[in-house]
Amino acid sequence: MQFVANAVKDLLAVDLYDWLLFLHVLSAFFAVGALAALWGLILGTRGAAPMLDQRSAMTYGRTAGILVGVGMLGAIIFGVWLAIHEEAYQVWDGWILASLVLWAIGGWAGGQAGRAFESGPGGRAAGIRFQTINSVAVVIILVLMIWKPGA
Amino acid sequence: MLIAAIRPDSVNFPLFLHVLGAMLLVGTLIGVALATVLGWRSQDNAQGLARFSLKMLLLGVLPAYLLMRIGAQWTESEQNYPDDFDPSWIGVGYITADAGALLILISLILGAFGLRKLRDGSSGGVRFARIVGVICILLLAAYLVAIWAMTTKPT
Repeated sequence: MQFVANAVKDLLAVDLYDWLLFLHVLSAFFAVGALAALWGLILGTRGAAPMLDQRSAMTYGRTAGILVGVGMLGAIIFGVWLAIHEEAYQVWDGWILASLVLWAIGGWAGGQAGRAFESGPGGRAAGIRFQTINSVAVVIILVLMIWKPGA
Repeated sequence: MLIAAIRPDSVNFPLFLHVLGAMLLVGTLIGVALATVLGWRSQDNAQGLARFSLKMLLLGVLPAYLLMRIGAQWTESEQNYPDDFDPSWIGVGYITADAGALLILISLILGAFGLRKLRDGSSGGVRFARIVGVICILLLAAYLVAIWAMTTKPT
């Protein structure tokens, strides 16, 4: 009971900055995590005898794709809110601007990847290419978020 | 809090590995959980989904966990915290990581049995995959708490 009371007390002690940071990081976890799950799908559906049938692969891919989109949207909304809220950072800081550009490239590539995979087996190669662009963009954003060059 | 906020440059690379590993861990767990839920709903391809989720567990969850855990230990050693620095958020991280290791180990054993049964064509493999899927959903819930503790760093 004491543990629960302490946990609730800790929860209430967290300020807006901490909540924004949590929601920003959680969104990024969803985006990168779902991208990793999609790479699992790409590996699981290669070859002449894939593990998943077309219908299961499509349902899995669509669900993970939605999660990537929700994660990327949450990351940008809470990230920009954080930059506005926190005096130490500005939206026009170089590393934040670079992240925004990479986010736009990643988002565009993610959308293209989804369309290519939806078009059927013929779109698989293009889908993988766009998925790679999206993944590389997201990993570079993670590097920028940790090193914060110029901050 | 101030000690945690000021970060020496030498921490960045191990922290990157820790966060990337944690993200991949959550992602591969989402993949296993998603395949499990789809397998419940679609009996037609239950065996394929079970094989997919168990292979993702063996080839994805384990390496991601190791990257996350090694990165965490390396980050903490690079931070050079004082001996009396023992905040609850690091405690939450250790508890979820180490209890998670036990659950992942159990899942890996069940997963190996499940894959063997699936290779033999037995329906028992699907049951093993479902148990593993439920464990992965529990792990996801625990890691949600860990992400909250790691980012908000409550006192």
